[in-house]
Amino acid sequence: MSESNSYYVPHETKWPFLATISLVVLFIGLANYMNGYSSGMVIMLTGFALLFIITYGWFSNVISESESGTYNAQVDISFRWGMVWFIFSEVMFFSAFFGALYYARELSLPWLGGDGAKVSTNLFLWPQFETVWPSNGPTNAGGDFTLMKASGIPALNTLILLTSGLTVTWAHHGLKEQNRKQLIIGLALTVFLGFIFVGFQAYEYMHAYSDLNLTLSTGIYGSTFYMLTGFHGFHVTLGAIMLTVIMIRCINGHFAGDNHFGFEAVAWYWHFVDVVWLGLFVFVYWL
Amino acid sequence: MSTNIDKLHDDHHHTPSGIMRWITTTNHKDIGTLYLWFSLLMFFIGGFMALVIRAELFQPGLQLVIPGFFNQMTTMHALIMIFGAVMPAFVGLANWQIPLMIGAPDMALPRLNNWSFWILPFAFTMMISTLFFESGGPAAGWTLYPPLSLQGGDSMPFVILSIHMLGLSSILGAINVIATILNMRAPGMTLMKMPIFVWTWLITAFLLIAAMPVLAGAITMLLTDRFFGTTFFTASGGGDPVMFQHIFWFFGHPEVYILILPAFGIISTIIPAFSRKKLFGYDSMVYATASIALLSFVVWAHHMFTVGMPLAGEIFFMLTTMLIAVPTGVKVFNWVATMWRGSMTFETPMLFAIAFIVLFTIGGFSGLMLAMVPADFQYHDTYFVVAHFHYVLVPGAVFAIIAAVYYWLPKWTGKMYDESLGKIHFWLTTIFVNLTFFPMHFVGLAGMPRRIPDYAVQFADFNAIASVGAFGFGLSQLMFVYILYKTLKKDVTAEDKVWDGAEGLEWTLSSPPPYHSFNVAPKID
Repeated sequence: MSESNSYYVPHETKWPFLATISLVVLFIGLANYMNGYSSGMVIMLTGFALLFIITYGWFSNVISESESGTYNAQVDISFRWGMVWFIFSEVMFFSAFFGALYYARELSLPWLGGDGAKVSTNLFLWPQFETVWPSNGPTNAGGDFTLMKASGIPALNTLILLTSGLTVTWAHHGLKEQNRKQLIIGLALTVFLGFIFVGFQAYEYMHAYSDLNLTLSTGIYGSTFYMLTGFHGFHVTLGAIMLTVIMIRCINGHFAGDNHFGFEAVAWYWHFVDVVWLGLFVFVYWL
Repeated sequence: MSTNIDKLHDDHHHTPSGIMRWITTTNHKDIGTLYLWFSLLMFFIGGFMALVIRAELFQPGLQLVIPGFFNQMTTMHALIMIFGAVMPAFVGLANWQIPLMIGAPDMALPRLNNWSFWILPFAFTMMISTLFFESGGPAAGWTLYPPLSLQGGDSMPFVILSIHMLGLSSILGAINVIATILNMRAPGMTLMKMPIFVWTWLITAFLLIAAMPVLAGAITMLLTDRFFGTTFFTASGGGDPVMFQHIFWFFGHPEVYILILPAFGIISTIIPAFSRKKLFGYDSMVYATASIALLSFVVWAHHMFTVGMPLAGEIFFMLTTMLIAVPTGVKVFNWVATMWRGSMTFETPMLFAIAFIVLFTIGGFSGLMLAMVPADFQYHDTYFVVAHFHYVLVPGAVFAIIAAVYYWLPKWTGKMYDESLGKIHFWLTTIFVNLTFFPMHFVGLAGMPRRIPDYAVQFADFNAIASVGAFGFGLSQLMFVYILYKTLKKDVTAEDKVWDGAEGLEWTLSSPPPYHSFNVAPKID
């Protein structure tokens, strides 16, 4: 008579295998593209389209199971643990890039500037180089550039993302209290703020490329700046798409006040990209 | 209530037959079986590459392959053995055993489980296919150090993206293992009552989720450095090639414990069964495993003592590394204490387990030698290092996997393997593994560098012995395949409780166990 009697073990499924195939097509295309073969882009986009369709199918399957009440409380806990540890893996992915930023600023640039035991690199290779931040290295990689200020768009984006964290929580309260109007308005605001953030970020990149000469090739500053903000922007885009799906589901009457893991998972994800942004704002833009 | 699952099955269960059964399966036993067969296949492909290496090194001079291809062999051998043979074998064992051991019907997230497996064959096809490219496969070593790895041919993005896929597979698999262990235990099975194999896998899964994304970050930076103009690993742009080594080994050291902690769990299961005693110091085993895992995040730079780190860094990483000997010593002590005054018998799994303790300890001691900075300056990048990590990986991880297969095969299949053939397999394997790797200590201490297809004549004798050992080891494993084949052809005869000293929920089920392991969760007092 215990819980696990009714644990839902799904029957055979084709989705994972198809997802793998689309991932392989996507990656083969990407690799060919990077190797300079013109066919690469087409293969990559095909893989991307396949992945989109299959993700749609897989999630539709899960959503209809969820709405038909197939999952019990124990399955819900499995989903929660799954999402928690997935977000933890994302945290570790970002920490690799934050680690690179820290290493460059605190170790490799001072060493190139002649600090400590690495003085000979400076003496023999680049005696004119002095440690500064931001830096594009001793050979002025990518040419002279202007740094990206923390005030202006980045500060505005911080405000936008923090506000969106509030609106998604407000929507969550609406869901719990069965106030569907508050739920949908809250989600719509969150999605809107999310896409505004991405739009501002894109504008900032264009500004950096055309006015500041700050590019991906601007030495270690350009590398860390674009990789950190770029991966973050990608995650915000993903989060905003996920929120949009949740919003559509809410409009269609999905989720109950006491049972709405899908909503919570996306909300957790959204708070996660929010926290990463705070780290970016402090360490990439501000300090 | 137990009819619930049966009913679902009767109503809409049309088990597909043939290949589609395996492609679409969500069953933990089917997926475990897929993992184990895949791992065996990779073990032979990677082993074949090792034999190419040993054949070339049989004599000084260049006989069989050109140096470029030799480097491709060392690189691919490592990648295949680590990500294709050892890790999938442990995940396969986790899939089979964890639900059986904790009294669950299946893994917590069965569709994800299917995905974790099916990524692997595709990723390895992509990786191995690069060997047939005009510019060849990856040749910069499995550690992919820049700047060398940035100078590879067309294979480079393919290999990196296939490693991304392997990382995805590992992370998804680990998430599944954690969710299963935390959420699917039978009522009454508290954490400190879990079988020790389940404990070691819980900690391994944590290591996987923490370490694999860092590898993903590191190889992504390699990719952008080569194709998109970033300068993470180029000094002229303000980066540092050594930075890659730091990020890589921040993943790499937890990774080597990912390759050994489940083995500790297996040995801690088998030794008590054949000593007919409870595991000595269960609690201390759990704490030792957790300590090893936590320490693994603060020792990474001992892989790079000679790159020119500040003195404080060298001393810090030397001391933390030596600290790992303490929890590992606790484990070895506990295994020996478990056997002490036990009524021991020596069936094949036990033989492999005892050999594990002796030979893994040799690998541990050579690791301790390498941990000392001044000594490591002499040993770094020599065959001594190769001897060290092969001692912990082959008679360590691989022996544990083989022991586990012999131990649980009768449970999985309901069929008993041939005990005398198993013993012959054990002795051949043990003799040849030492013949292969023990001489590497001597040539290494004498200064023979690793990853070199040619060497000075004074190393010739020991290299010839090692090559003979390697071919003997490889051929002995064909015997393992024969034993598996012979067992699988038998009729079901094994008892439910195959070993009289074995403990655990898996032995309360029939051999082979039912398709959904526990329809009614057992009660644990």
